[in-house]
Amino acid sequence: MRGSGRGPRRRTTRGVAAVLAAGALTLTACGGGDGGSGSGRPPSIDLPDLSGQSLEVAAVWTGAERDNFLRVLDEFEALTGASVSFVPSGDNVSQFVGSKVEGGSPPDVVMVPQPGVLHEFAENGWLAPVDESVQAQLDANYTRGWQELANHEGTQYGVYVKAANKSLIWYSTTAFAYAGVEPPATWDDFVATAWTVWESGTTPVSVAGADGWTLTDWFENVYLSQAGPEMYDRLTAHEIPWTDESVTEALTTLAELFGSPQLLENGNDGSLQTDFPTSVTQTFIDLETPDAGMVFEADFVGSVISDSTDAVIGEDAQVFPFPAVGEAPPVVSAGDVAVAVAPDGEASEAQQALLAFLASTDAARIWAEAGGFVSPNKSLEFDAYPNEVQRGIAEALIAAGDDFRFDMSDQTPAAFGGTTGQGMWQGLQNFLRDPGDIAGAQEYLESQADRAYRD
Amino acid sequence: MASGKAVIKSRPWTVACFLLPALALLGALVVYPIGYSVWRSLFDASGKDFVALDNFREMFSNDSIRTALRNNLIWIVVAPTVTTALGLIFAVLTERIRWATAFKLIVFMPMAVSMLAAGIIFRLVYEQDPDRGVANALMTTVHDTFTDASSWPDAQPRPGGPVEVQGDGSYLLTEPVEAGSPALVPLVAVPQPELADAEPAAVAAAGPGEVAGTVWMDFTRGGGGTAGAVDPEERGLAGITVEAVRDGQVVATTETADDGSFVLPAEADGARVRLAADSFTAPYNGVEWLGPDVITPAIIGSYVWMWAGFAMVLIAAGLASVPREMLEAARVDGANEWQVFRRITVPLLAPVLAVVMVTLMINVLKIFDLIYVIPPASSQADANVLALQLYQSSFGAGADQGLGSAIAVFLLLLVVPVMIFNVRRLRRENRR
Repeated sequence: MRGSGRGPRRRTTRGVAAVLAAGALTLTACGGGDGGSGSGRPPSIDLPDLSGQSLEVAAVWTGAERDNFLRVLDEFEALTGASVSFVPSGDNVSQFVGSKVEGGSPPDVVMVPQPGVLHEFAENGWLAPVDESVQAQLDANYTRGWQELANHEGTQYGVYVKAANKSLIWYSTTAFAYAGVEPPATWDDFVATAWTVWESGTTPVSVAGADGWTLTDWFENVYLSQAGPEMYDRLTAHEIPWTDESVTEALTTLAELFGSPQLLENGNDGSLQTDFPTSVTQTFIDLETPDAGMVFEADFVGSVISDSTDAVIGEDAQVFPFPAVGEAPPVVSAGDVAVAVAPDGEASEAQQALLAFLASTDAARIWAEAGGFVSPNKSLEFDAYPNEVQRGIAEALIAAGDDFRFDMSDQTPAAFGGTTGQGMWQGLQNFLRDPGDIAGAQEYLESQADRAYRD
Repeated sequence: MASGKAVIKSRPWTVACFLLPALALLGALVVYPIGYSVWRSLFDASGKDFVALDNFREMFSNDSIRTALRNNLIWIVVAPTVTTALGLIFAVLTERIRWATAFKLIVFMPMAVSMLAAGIIFRLVYEQDPDRGVANALMTTVHDTFTDASSWPDAQPRPGGPVEVQGDGSYLLTEPVEAGSPALVPLVAVPQPELADAEPAAVAAAGPGEVAGTVWMDFTRGGGGTAGAVDPEERGLAGITVEAVRDGQVVATTETADDGSFVLPAEADGARVRLAADSFTAPYNGVEWLGPDVITPAIIGSYVWMWAGFAMVLIAAGLASVPREMLEAARVDGANEWQVFRRITVPLLAPVLAVVMVTLMINVLKIFDLIYVIPPASSQADANVLALQLYQSSFGAGADQGLGSAIAVFLLLLVVPVMIFNVRRLRRENRR
């Protein structure tokens, strides 16, 4: 249907194509001149001429994240002559795409934040597999692990364009200097550091307990490092129950921190009322005498710091990798995968070209230079990142190779891993409220998982 | 004039034509959705498989729905009662005052605010931090007028150190002190700003037989100090009451000087040193309004704030129609004001009170916005009510519109008795 609508138009506009292509070339030249993107570098990808074609891209991003993405799309428009429009999808991508498919006009390319949703779409037959040009980019730039995340039953459906490193602890350099401590490398050091910071008169850790997802990230990091990637995968798939010994161990470890109210800003009950942005601002808003010394979360903490505090990342706010609980430090990641939506199963040339471009190093570079972005693309040189902190985050992510694990709560059924007031969110909030009751927390988690995975 | 039945008999088609628009609208907008909900509640999430009453079984076995049910019960008992009672009090009292209209206007004003906005307002009112939440600012201000703030609320002994926290909040040096050797009481965790004016710690010179010592913040800025020793840059903690205790009896008392030092008389030799709790009591932080324990009463409070004005206006209107002579007669007969209120005003107002109660009950059964907005995510499950659960089950994660419809049907059943009561009452009124 869509193809036939486009066909005749393409034929009539073929004459104009040359003119447009010339225009596109000029645009590219301009872009190279002022943006600096791709200047002096040979393009790492050949794109077809798509003059006159239009694409619609949907993603959850707003504000600066959206603007940075638009720069990538601009480059794509300049290179191919296609026109690309951006549609905000809102937080519930699954619902958004579902209603659009139902209505007969789905967006051409969608950025999906959860692997589970990708599987759901693929099951429904809404996605087109990637073609050879995209696969070539994937093979060149992505490790197996990142490719497999966008794989459903052996078919490659998408390209991970944006990654988040969720194994980071941000700290106030003032608080650390006052306490005379250095970033710790192991969990025991971390707890010891927290106690020293407490002795110095600064509350060591700010926990965003009102948002369940930050607690799931705490747990995932401890569990991944302590029990190892295999156990992590099995727990994710609910092959082992939440009452398993390894979960007890991870929660006991976490209780070394959560069990001492002095170590948490505003104590346990206060933490449960602290949302994520507040947990960041209370650590960095007062640069002289910070309320809290450390805050845990992914690289996007950086954008909260620069948006709502005066702290300078790299000077006032520094970051260290999540300490190793077991042998190796954990790398928990999240990310957005670009997929081509085609309910008839065939993706157009333009859709494939955009996916291939997004998988290329050129696109990653433009995005990285804008800041606030980490690419899973292993070919991207680290120099592209605008500052030391961002570079460090990216290096840690790439260095993990295939040993990283995707956010567990994003892979579980949404009723278990992504809903306020139930599942993992509520279970870990119960645990934060009463860290002594590990068995109770586990039983709750298991009963919730049992219900969620059964459906 | 022909009676209704006669008209129907003689011209049925005309009657049908007049009824049709109303029937069509009611059918499409009320009857069909109800019927469809009942139908839908018998199917599973996908809407394809018939599951009979499984959704209802699930509803009563699901913990979060049970919490919602319990909260709904609390709501329907407490909220209309309190609101009506307050409305009645306001209405009766405003009859007597000069600026009644202005007062009524102010009490009624929250009705003009949307539920959502009211929710956001009360989210801020109930904020835990007294600097942000009005409710706790009020409570801490009242509390602090009656008790003095302690001087070092954050100072604590190091776990495993020589000082122990006692049950009453005082700090006890575990080893007995001796004359001649300094009694060192190290404390930590005092925030920097509180130490800004503190003097460097020192041990006072003790006379013969006296016990000298110091209480200080045992942490050197930048690290590097020795735990338990007074290092050069460390600060003394002033104004702490130091007691010497022997066999449970206080034998001597003194206070630390600006540099944290203290000297106890000879009686203290061999006794144990205790720092009185009043220097260390943590500041009163108010009530945890948004915590899981009081969240429902807190939200009911915001509901009462909104609807007391509504109750007041209706009751005041009813009050205006109460015959004055009857009140006067009662007063002449020697009834006091309370008796007049209790025996005359309230019985005469009973129909109005019933209307207000019933309206509020229906309103409360479908309460949603306040509970969606006010509680932080961590206590939303504890504040849950059926209407919110309906929304979450139907459209939240793992959307199951079968279960959602079951809850909707159940809500409808809950409203029906109230409705029947209301309709009966209306009929009675019309007959009068």
